[in-house]
Order: sequence, then C-alpha cells, then structure tokens
Amino acid sequence: MSKVTLSDLLPLLPEIILIIGAILILMYGVFSSREKARLNEIAMGFSLALILLIFSMTILSWSSGSIESELFDGAFVLDMFSSFVKCLILFSSFFCLLMSVDLFKSEELSNFEYPVLILFSTAGMMMVVSSGNFISLYMGMEIQSLSLYILASIQRESLRSTEAGLKYFVLGALASGMSLYGISLIYGFTGSTNFSAISRLASEFHAPDEASLGLVFGLIFLLAGLAFKISAAPFHMWTPDVYMGAPTPVTFLFATASKITSIAVLIRLTMSVFPVMILQWQQILIFLSLCSMILGSFSAIGQNNIKRLVAYSSIGHAGFILLGLSAGSQAGLIGVLVYMSIYTFMALGIFSCILAMRRGGEAVESINTLSGIAKHEPMFAFLFATLLFSLAGIPPLLGFFAKFYVLLAAVGSHLYGLALVAVLSSVVSAFYYLRIVKIMYFDEANQESFDPISSIIHVILLISGGISLFGFAFPRPFMYIVKTVVLSFL
Amino acid sequence: MISLIVFLPLIGALFAGFSGERFGKEAPEIVTSSLLTLTAFLSWIVFFKFAAGGEPFLIFIASWITSGTFQADWMLRIDILTVIMLVVVTTVSSLVHWYSIGYMHTDPHRSRFFSYLSFFTFAMLILVTSDNLLQMFFGWEGVGLASYLLIGFWYQRPRANAAAMKAFLVNRVGDFGFALGILGIFVLFGAVDFESIFNGSRSIGNFFEGKSQEILPFYDLLHIDFLFWKIDTVTLICLLLFMGAMGKSAQFFLHTWLPDAMEGPTPVSALIHAATMVTAGIFMVARLSPLFVLSPFAMTVITVIGATTAFFAATVALVQNDIKRVIAYSTCSQLGYMFAALGVGAFSVGVFHLFTHAFFKALLFLGAGSVIHAVSEEQDMNKMGGLCSYIPKTYLMMLIGTFALTGFPLTSGYFSKDAIIEATYAASFHSSAGFYAFLMTSMAALLTSFYSWRLIFLTFHGTSHISSEIKEHIHESPMIMLVPLFILAFASLFFGFIFKSFFIGKNYDHFFGNSVFPSSGTAVLDAMHHVPFWVIWTPTLAMISGFIFALLLYLKWPNFPSRLAEQNIFLYKFLLNKWYFDDLYHFFFVRPIIWLGNFFWKRGDTFLIDGFGPDAVAARTLDLSRIFSRFQTGYLYHYAFIMLIGLTFLMTFCIWRILG
Repeated sequence: MSKVTLSDLLPLLPEIILIIGAILILMYGVFSSREKARLNEIAMGFSLALILLIFSMTILSWSSGSIESELFDGAFVLDMFSSFVKCLILFSSFFCLLMSVDLFKSEELSNFEYPVLILFSTAGMMMVVSSGNFISLYMGMEIQSLSLYILASIQRESLRSTEAGLKYFVLGALASGMSLYGISLIYGFTGSTNFSAISRLASEFHAPDEASLGLVFGLIFLLAGLAFKISAAPFHMWTPDVYMGAPTPVTFLFATASKITSIAVLIRLTMSVFPVMILQWQQILIFLSLCSMILGSFSAIGQNNIKRLVAYSSIGHAGFILLGLSAGSQAGLIGVLVYMSIYTFMALGIFSCILAMRRGGEAVESINTLSGIAKHEPMFAFLFATLLFSLAGIPPLLGFFAKFYVLLAAVGSHLYGLALVAVLSSVVSAFYYLRIVKIMYFDEANQESFDPISSIIHVILLISGGISLFGFAFPRPFMYIVKTVVLSFL
Repeated sequence: MISLIVFLPLIGALFAGFSGERFGKEAPEIVTSSLLTLTAFLSWIVFFKFAAGGEPFLIFIASWITSGTFQADWMLRIDILTVIMLVVVTTVSSLVHWYSIGYMHTDPHRSRFFSYLSFFTFAMLILVTSDNLLQMFFGWEGVGLASYLLIGFWYQRPRANAAAMKAFLVNRVGDFGFALGILGIFVLFGAVDFESIFNGSRSIGNFFEGKSQEILPFYDLLHIDFLFWKIDTVTLICLLLFMGAMGKSAQFFLHTWLPDAMEGPTPVSALIHAATMVTAGIFMVARLSPLFVLSPFAMTVITVIGATTAFFAATVALVQNDIKRVIAYSTCSQLGYMFAALGVGAFSVGVFHLFTHAFFKALLFLGAGSVIHAVSEEQDMNKMGGLCSYIPKTYLMMLIGTFALTGFPLTSGYFSKDAIIEATYAASFHSSAGFYAFLMTSMAALLTSFYSWRLIFLTFHGTSHISSEIKEHIHESPMIMLVPLFILAFASLFFGFIFKSFFIGKNYDHFFGNSVFPSSGTAVLDAMHHVPFWVIWTPTLAMISGFIFALLLYLKWPNFPSRLAEQNIFLYKFLLNKWYFDDLYHFFFVRPIIWLGNFFWKRGDTFLIDGFGPDAVAARTLDLSRIFSRFQTGYLYHYAFIMLIGLTFLMTFCIWRILG
C-alpha cells in the first residue's frame, strides 16, 4: 500500500466537503439556541448551497479533465461514469430539498435533521457510485440506507410514515444481509474484495465447476440485494407501502437518487466486474425485468392512491431499465443512462404534481380528487397530463425516447420476447396513466379547486413539463455526453 | 368564358354553404340563382357560336395525376355535345333555382338547399366538360353525392333517408361497373383521355375491317381469357361502362332508386332526377360512341335494355297514384327511349331526345310541384281532381308538358320521340333488336299517352276529392314559380321545331362534327328519313288512342278503372308493385346482406372479436391486477417471504442452467 498524500485525496474532495458540511450543519443545529423556524431556514439554505457546490465541483472536475483516478488501492474510483451518475444523484437530491422547502416550513416536516439526513444519504450514494471495492461499496450503501430509513419515518407523528420507515428498515436489513452474504461468497471464492482483482479472477474460471457455481451464488445474492433497492419484482414488496407512507419529497428521492445509485452499482458489477458471466446475470436480469414490467403495469391499474400508483409505475420503469441492462451491450448501456436521466426529469414533475395536490392545507392523494381539475387549474392539468403522456411513452414526449432506446438495445441483443412483453406492458400501463388524464379532463368537477400552488412547485413543474415537452428537439448535447460516458466506461 | 360557366356554380355553392344567412336570409338564394342565370346566358352564347360553326377546343386548368405512364389532367373539352349538355344543364338549373325560391319559401334550411343545388350543377358541368374518364368519374360521383344529399334533404323523414341511401347504393352498383370500365380502358389504351380513346378506337375499327395491317401494341389485349372464356375486351369494357350508365340513368334492373328518389323536394326531382343527372348515362355512351360502335353485342344490349325499360316503366306508370311517381316512371321510360336510340346507332337522335325531354320533363315536374304546393303537400292523385279551375295557369303548363311528352304534333316531343321510333324501325331491317325496340317503343308511346292523360284527368278534371279544409287554401303559385314554368313551356313547345334541323336534319353531321360517332349511324339516320308512311304515323296514332282510352276511362266512366283492376287483380297488383322488383331485390340482396351484417356484427364482432379480443383482454388484465393486489397484504413477513421465494427461484434456476 503506497503512501497517500493530501493532494492525492483531491478526487475525493466533493464527498469530503459534503460530509464535513453535513456534520457542521448538524452540530450547528444541535448547539445553536436560535428558534426552530430560523434554524430550519438556515439548515435548509446551507444544505441547498452545499449540494449546489458539490454539483458544480463534480461538473468542474469533469470538464477540467482531472478524471479517471483511483484512490485507496482501487477502493475509490473516479471516472466519467461515476461523475455522470453523481450528477444525476445530486440533481435529484437538490430538487428533493427544494420540493421540501414548503413542507419544511409547515408543521408536517419540521425537524432540522431532515436536510442533514438528505445530505448524508447523498454522500453515501456518491460513495457507492465511486466504490471499486466491496467493502467501500457496502459502507456507502449502509450510509445511504440508514439515512433513508430515518427519512422514511421522519414524520414521527404519522402512523403511516413510521410504518413505512419500519417496513423499509426491516426489509432493507434483510436485503443488506443478502448483499453481504453474496459479497462474502464472492470473497470466499476469489479471495479478494477488489473489483478489478475479482474481474481478473472471474475470467479465469471455467464453467461449470464448483468455484464458478459459488461465484454465481454470490452474484445472485448480491443482485437480489440490489434489486431490492431498485424495487424490481419480486423484491419490490416494500415499494407501495413505503412510497405511500414516506413524505413526498423523500419518495422522490427513493424513486430517483436511491434507484440510480443501485443501478449504477448493477452496471458496474455486470458490465465491468463480471462481464464474462454474462450468461448467468443476463438470465437473472431478464427474469427481474419481466416480473417488474408485468407486475408494475398490471398492479397499478387497481390503485386509487396516486403515490401507490407512482410506486407501481416506478416498478415498471425499473423493469424497463433492467431490460436495457440485460441487453448487455453498449447500446443497452446508453439506453439505461438515457432512461435514468429522463425518468429523473419526469419523476420530478410527477412528484411536484403530487405535492401540488392539497386541499384545505391537507395533502390529498386519492386519484378521484383530481376529477375535473382541468377546469379550475388548466395549467396544472396540462403539465400533469403532459408528464403522464410522457411516462406512458407517447411520442414526441421524452418518455417515448427513453423506452425507444431501451427497446432498441433489447432488439439489438435479440431479446425479442422480452421486448414484446415490454411493449405490451407499456400498453397496459398507458391505461392507468391515461385514466388520470381522463379523470382530470372529462370527469365532472365536483370539488373545489386545490390550494394555491406554491411558486417553487410551480417552477419545478414548469421545468419538468417543459423538458418533457420540448426535450426531443435538443437531443444532441445530451446524447453526446451519454455516448462519451459509455465509451469511456466500456 | 367556359371556365366561368363551370366554376360560377361552385362559387355560388361555396357562398351559400358557408355564408349561411350571414348576409341576410335571401342572400344565398339570390346569389346562387343569379350566378346560375349568368351561367345559362353564357352557355347559350357558346351554343349559338357552335351552331354557327365553331371548332372544338380544350382548356387546360391544372394537372392532376401523373404517375408513370398514367396521366390525368383537369381539362375542359368543349365540343357540340358538351355545349348541348351545358345549355340543358344550366338552363334547367337556373330555372329550378328561381322556382325553388318560391317552392322552398318556408323551409328553414334554404341556404343548405341552394348550396347543394349549385354544387350539383357544378359537378354536372364538370362531368359534361371532362376531357378524360377520371375527371368524368369525379363529376359522376359529385352528382351522385349531390343527389344523395338532396334526396335526403329533409333528413328528419326516415323515408327520405332510406330513399337517399337506396339511390346511393344502387348507383354504387353501376359505379362499380363504370370504375372497372375505366380501368379496362386504361389497360387497353394506356390512357384515359378521350383523344387517346378515340384514336385507339379508330385504329381498332380499321383493324377489324381489315383496312389496317399495322400492328399496334394493344392488339394483344383485344381478347382476354377468363376461366374458359375468351372474352372480347372491347365488348367487356363497353358493357361495364354501360352498367355505370344503367345505374345513373335508372335503366331496367338498376331503376329502382329513381321512383324512391321522389322523396326529395320537387325542384330536385325536376333538375336531377328528370332533366340532367339521369341523362349522364346517355351522355357518357354518346361521348364514347366511337368505342361503343366497335362492339355490336354491347350495342344490342343497350338497345334491348333501353327498349325494355321504355315499355316496363310505362306499364308501371299506368297504375301509380302518386303524381310524382307517375312522372318518375315516365322519366325512366323516356330514358329507355334514348338508350334504344343510342343502341341502334342513332346517337344524335338520342341526344336530341335528351335535349327536348329535359325541358318538358322539367316542366312537368315543376308543374307537379306547383300542384302539390297548391294542395298543401298532397301527392296522391286520388285525393285531387277538378283542379283546373282553381289553378288555371299551372293546368295550362301541365297540359303543354303533357302534349310535349306524348308527342303531340309540332311540340318538341313529337320530333324527338318520333325520330327514335323511326330510327328503331330503320334499324330493324338489319337487326332483330331494332325490331324489338320498335315494338316496345311504339307500345310505350301508347302507354305514355295513356298515363299522361290519366294524370291530367285525375288531377285537374272530374269530381274533386279534396277535403274542404285544403280546398280553402288552394292557391295559384307565385310568379317566381310560374315564370320558370312559362319559359319551360315555351321550350317544350318550340325547341323541337327550332332545333330539329340541327340535331337530326340533313346537316346533322356537320352540326355534330366529330363529337359523336356518325358513320355507323349514318345508315340508320338516312334510312330514318325514308321510312314508310305508316311508321311516321304510328306514334301519333298511339298518342291519340292513348288519349281516347284515358278520356273514356277516367272522365266518361270513372268507375270503370277500379272494376278493371278488380277483374285483373293479378296484373294490377303486378303493375302496382312495379313488377315486384323491389321485393325481389329485397329478398335476394337486402335480406341476405342484412343477415350477413348481423352475423358479422353479433357473431363476428361482438362475440368473437370483442369477446376474445378487447373485452377479454381487459377482463383478464383486471383479474391479473386483482391477483397482484392480493399479494400486497401489508404484512412484513409476507413481503420477506416473497423476497426469499424470489431468491430461491433465481438460485434454482441458475443451478439448473449451469448443471443442466
């Protein structure tokens, strides 16, 4: 092990600053004697600023070319791929915080630890994405998960929130156990926790022998643990309950940042650590993808709670992402990155819409409360409808291109059956998205309109809706970035 | 000027259709009628120019379809045949427009009515000025559409809707043949414009007569093999085209729609279903006469069908009680006359009858409309009678129309109808079909006279069967309706005399130029002028005897007809039910099709496709959704259990894959 100087730590600077900053805000909150509201404002402000800072540092480090470096004997990897994913994570964390501003002022969500926890989980996610070693991977995952467990149950007064937190915690612990067991199996059969070492060793195994079987078992356990995080069926069971119970901005974090992180790990494991075992993991991913797409689309039909519906929809979208991944090709990887990015934008809009659904100071979540809302809130209804159409994958909205690239990759890898199921399930899922549009536009308006929508939510909604609507016209820079990332990664 | 003639009605139609009553209640009717009148004047100017010896010419408007060797342009072809049609169409149409202002006075949808009328005129003008079959087909379908819209103008009446659909569907049968004929022409000649067709026909004719040894590319196509038949292509094409003409001109087998079409407003019946649209078939056959003369068989078919229609429709007209239906069957019969003339090769004679018939039939219809208007929309002649003293002017007009129709000497019908009978007699020397046509048309002349006078006597003479309340309202029509009648009456009386020498006189071929095929007809037309004395007098004799019979039966012994009907109940029923054509069609076509439709709807669509398709898929989707929801119990240990099951499954699967 070589000696590490301070300047060698430079690639790790964003994470270091993020964690130190989070701790400082926490300390300040604990020891300050200011009144609560003021304290909250300061905490929120600093957290937002901190994330913006880290975001710009990540972008800066990318553009300055100081990328592709390893630290701590390969335990920490900084490459274009991790930077890209980190940008997505920071983006969603930032908007998660921004969405929370209004809730944070009210009584519903007033613990000042809330932004700090988001910062910690973000730091954990960044660690995970950059990890090049199973130890650092697990450490990052736990930092992320522990923060998220607390975030899910942060509304301690609310029964639903605490139930959500508890369920998430217990099942998450089970999933972590699976992952850990898988990691130990892999370590047992290869003798290393370092990704590049394992990759080298794995390519020397010849199936079928005992060693490779052990490795496959380890991989299965590990993948199962990750599948839990991205809520792929049949490891999805927590999703509807937790999505419904957790505060809406936190749900947004679950649906985007947390998923993106685990998918990044999946990508790293499958495409760079175990590319030789493609036959094995491809089967697993196909199975997970199939289950997720079918279950996601069919279960959502019966839902009346918008957050539960979005939960099932996110299961379906996870299926689509896995579809791209199971293609195991460059095109598949492009598809997955595009899908994740677009899904993040669309989810942003959908969750802002959910946040905007308030009547008499209370959040309403039943789909029926939307009936005839187009008459009262034409702008809101239009943007919501746009986002739903986009989620359903109707051209020329962005959601169509997300599905398009993934399907293209699947067909390119001769996964015809899977692609067919994907298309059919997307037809089924179109039903429940369009049902909401129908309720908004064609049902009788029997209720009074929503509370005035806050300006922040409005702006977020406009950004997300605008991108979904017009994004198709400017695909070039984005596709260029994605292709560069993929080429550097493979 | 020609373009103006064609497009002014379109402008009127668009104006009336889209402006509605924005420029006042009267604006649509005044504008369309004025434009039509202008069009009519222009047409007459063109007509006299041609009569004085004008050369045919073409006007290019726009190119339409160019695809490979196929070329069809929007082009107006102006020759004497076209100009005759222009005059007929625009004159009758403008008179009907003015008449309608009075007739439709109380209708709330007048702007729509006038828009349709003008649109019809436009389509008809496109039809008659077309330079290729495709453009003609456009006009053909256009008038069909206008006819459909106008028959069903009073769409609140189920009978009108049914009649409109019937007209459209029966015409569809004919149009199918017409379209196939056009395709056949394209296959044979490689083009659909008339110039190519005429040139092609000429060279085929030379080839048949052995004058030309030149081998042209399409000679291989002159016979086609279908199953075990060797079919003469020209005959096939002619028969297909004639099928289109039969549909549009309501000939035997495809005539059933015309009487029903009387559900439309009476001016429509006068314009479309008497004077103009129904003559489109005649026009088409005359226009393509160079092609038709190549196929003697097709000409025979035309003669037989025409003669049969002339007789058949006249017999049915004998017993009808609806005043408009009598005239409708009369139209049918007269169209049969025209086809008989075309069939024997006397194209110019057929066109002459078309010309005269348009005016006196329009007169009769508008007169009938005036009668109906007077007696508060009553159409049953048994409920009229003795009207001549109440509405003397209308009575006089109807009399003139009847004189012309029955062929009273020196009226226009006398010249044209007698010419047809003479032509058929002349043709009977070298074809039995000609003799058949002579027999049929002569008998039909007798019947025509009988039913026409029956109409007059039942309506205007004898004892009145009008209820007293209606009697109070009987009134002569306003001048705006009467003046068109006067003009038409003038035409009915004198046009035959005036234009006889042009159409069928010694110099007819000079007049017609190359617009209709003269050579084969020449023999007939020459022979026509030298028929025996008794042939010339046959129609007149038939006319007089018909008049006397009607006089005796309906004025002298008014009870006799009903007794006659009782004694010959079968014959009477047979005629009253129009030879049972409607019932036959209903039994053979309508019922099976409705059954088939019901079968496909109930068994095929509702049961099979919906049942196993959308409905089933939707139901199974819901089932699946319900099953999935049932997994979501909310219990932690269920969730954990499912995760473990999933894990176990994955491991089992991989072991099986690796070891298996």
